[in-house]
Amino acid sequence: MAENGQRADIKSGRLDADDYVRNFSDAYPLLNKREAFVESERCYFCYDAPCVQACPTSIDIPQFIRQIATDNPDGSAKTIFEQNILGGMCARVCPTEQLCEEVCVREVAEGKPVKIGQLQRYATDQYMAHKAQPFERAAPTGKKVAVVGAGPAGLSCAHRLASHGHDVVLFDAREKAGGLNEYGIAAYKTTNNFAQAEVDFVLGIGGITLETGKALGRDVTLSQLRKDYDAVFLGAGLGGVNALGLPGEDADGVMDAVSYIEDLRQTDQLDTLPVGRKIVVIGGGMTATDIANQTKRLGAEDVTIVYRRGQDRMNASDKEQKFAQTTGVTIRTFAAPKELVANGSVRAITFETMQDDNGKLVGTGETFTLEADMVFKAIGQTLHSAELGSDFSDVELERGRIHVDENRKTNLPDVWAGGDCISDGDDLTVIAVEDGKIAAENINSFLKA
Amino acid sequence: MADLRSNFVGIKSPNPFWLASAPPTDKAYNVVRAFKAGWGGVVWKTLGEDPPIVNVNGPRYGAMWSNDRRLIGLNNIELITDRPLDVNLREIKEVKRDWPDRAMVVSLMVPCEEQNWINILKQVEDTEADGIELNFGCPHGMSERGMGAAVGQVPEYVEMVTRWCKQHTNMPVIVKLTPNISDIRVPARAANAGGADAVSLINTITSIMSVNLDTFAPEPTIDGKGTHGGYCGPAVKPIALNMVSKIATDAETAKLPISGIGGVTTWRDAVEYLALGCGNVQVCTAAMTYGFKIVEDMIDGLSEYMDDKGFTDVEEIVGKAVPNVTDWQYLNLNHITKAVIDQDMCIKCGRCHIACEDTSHQAITSMLDGERHYEVIDEECVGCNLCVNVCPVENCITMEEMTEGVDPRTGTPISDEYANWTTHVNNPSSPNFIPAKSVEPAV
Repeated sequence: MAENGQRADIKSGRLDADDYVRNFSDAYPLLNKREAFVESERCYFCYDAPCVQACPTSIDIPQFIRQIATDNPDGSAKTIFEQNILGGMCARVCPTEQLCEEVCVREVAEGKPVKIGQLQRYATDQYMAHKAQPFERAAPTGKKVAVVGAGPAGLSCAHRLASHGHDVVLFDAREKAGGLNEYGIAAYKTTNNFAQAEVDFVLGIGGITLETGKALGRDVTLSQLRKDYDAVFLGAGLGGVNALGLPGEDADGVMDAVSYIEDLRQTDQLDTLPVGRKIVVIGGGMTATDIANQTKRLGAEDVTIVYRRGQDRMNASDKEQKFAQTTGVTIRTFAAPKELVANGSVRAITFETMQDDNGKLVGTGETFTLEADMVFKAIGQTLHSAELGSDFSDVELERGRIHVDENRKTNLPDVWAGGDCISDGDDLTVIAVEDGKIAAENINSFLKA
Repeated sequence: MADLRSNFVGIKSPNPFWLASAPPTDKAYNVVRAFKAGWGGVVWKTLGEDPPIVNVNGPRYGAMWSNDRRLIGLNNIELITDRPLDVNLREIKEVKRDWPDRAMVVSLMVPCEEQNWINILKQVEDTEADGIELNFGCPHGMSERGMGAAVGQVPEYVEMVTRWCKQHTNMPVIVKLTPNISDIRVPARAANAGGADAVSLINTITSIMSVNLDTFAPEPTIDGKGTHGGYCGPAVKPIALNMVSKIATDAETAKLPISGIGGVTTWRDAVEYLALGCGNVQVCTAAMTYGFKIVEDMIDGLSEYMDDKGFTDVEEIVGKAVPNVTDWQYLNLNHITKAVIDQDMCIKCGRCHIACEDTSHQAITSMLDGERHYEVIDEECVGCNLCVNVCPVENCITMEEMTEGVDPRTGTPISDEYANWTTHVNNPSSPNFIPAKSVEPAV
């Protein structure tokens, strides 16, 4: 290969200061009051509204939109928070076009749904800007619950438990709470340190003690938690990253998308992040589009997402795919990674083109090679159950993740779980919130029984 | 190309669109701009006696908006012209001289003394204006001084002043009526009895637009206080149309020409007024909202409509709907309609269902085989039209007449005979009345 012997072109500070600001500012700016009024008037206040049924957290959408229309934005925000205490983040990251907005009768009628996500953000942002979370705690029950993982599932569960009067200790392995909201979501979706503001908002209910830097299996064990607490909720997310399984995967420049995004989210100096000139992203989910968009916005010249199936099978939403393409990212489909070309650091990657043979994906034998200074793996994450402690083997798994029933209860009588670490669900923030909520209600019944 | 020329009580104008007596007709500058834009005529903003009245120096207008901030209703507390009489008279004369083909009517309001009217009539005649309009309508400010609506609300005064004017001038006299009365036919009959050439209506409706929820003062607010104003704009059109129709169908005033006023915003509104018996229309709020240019589409739209319908003269439209205005008691009770929902057009918002469910009749389904599905249950449908009114998709729900068979709601065979309340068996005044069986009190 011609590029053998050349050095990988990876460097920081590819852009002017203004470009970093512009590229990482709010991708979908907040509606102003007039825009929100006009948009809210488009809602038909449907009977038995399909959007509510499509919302994993069952927010009463027609009601909150009507409350915006009647200039009752605080009431609107409360309607949202009653069902989804992380309504602010969900307004930013929900793939609404696949949920509420997909079934909006105006989508069906005219291809232009009511902008439910943006209206939700209007209501929640204005509320959070001037008020604390609106719920009061019930009388203390004297019960204690351990919640492991302060991501969306854990925060939602902890908040709901606290509202029922239970005391909660919320553990998280990292320095900061928030989980993927803090460490994973693309920077331009959650600007101005919103994830931390939301954590503070949720914890504002009281009765929740946050213990950061405490990892399950390292600093606390499941058996000890079960001994010390009346119930345990596991919302630890997914610690592992799937590997390509190709030789040369340890070459410099072959990276996990999630860890790079984490660095990006945690830095306040984007111009210190090294980024390649040519970038290949392998995968088809939100992580793939997020890393592609963000490296492109850091100044990478040429960013290509390669996915082994068709674009319609990508887990990244349509909107995210289009957003990536508008950003200048190339999406190539029906190609699977075959060989990494490296000379210490990665230089290129070869793919075999694939075809769909009656639902089965088969290689065609044809290959192509893309030059790459960086190759990002974004082919999914796994539950690192081995690192969660020897006693974690008591927890029944299903397809590598925790098995739960409809109440998000595990096989153990006092352990519940939710979020990405369980076997159901689509790994969405909103679904994690719902898991936490359902588990909390069931834990509450259990504790009061 | 239809002929839009209008001749209203002898006053000629190139089209039937006049600007009503209001802020846009207060001075030559505006009126000339209006004529340049194409308006057929104006009623000059009401003249009074010197010294001129004064206006408040705070807000004069209040509004009702839709959420996308379209102006639906406007109210005002502005009084009659606050410029000296001689300035207005001089400008009227100049503008009429420069625009001889346009209608120039002068609105008047002076105290209820014959001499006061004699004086001002002479001065107006000197301008060579085409006619006068007696402002018996303004509900705010001037009415506190015994003028405007204070006159319009007393039929004897209406008749008396009208008669004076007819006695002391040869100019056509149009009497502008206030809607702030219980039966519009009474002042209309009074104007007719006084010899009025025409009536114009409606003037504005007494109103408080809103209350400020921080200061607890009515809006518009002047230094913490508010007062009622006159309401106008698209929101008042249905009220005005009804009042117009009452005069057009009243035996005493059926032949009295009417100039229609109240929320006229488009050519379509104007045609509705014409059809209910108006010889022309007057416009204010729409011009205040959008500027004089709106007359272009009023003219064009009316012309297109007339061509489509084969009308060649505006007069052919005037009164065309009047024979179809009747009393409730004459409506055909044998006319059976049922709502029908076009399933292909239905977007499944369910508004028809919940409206019917919560309003009265429980005649629309919400579910079929576990799917959201909205369909009319003929056995329950009374044909009320509410579902049509709340449906966001035009023509998705229609009212269809049943012409044969049995009404599944009542079990009564459909009859093609006309039958109304006057002959109904439940009507004690009907010759067919069947008294209800007396119910014995429970022991």
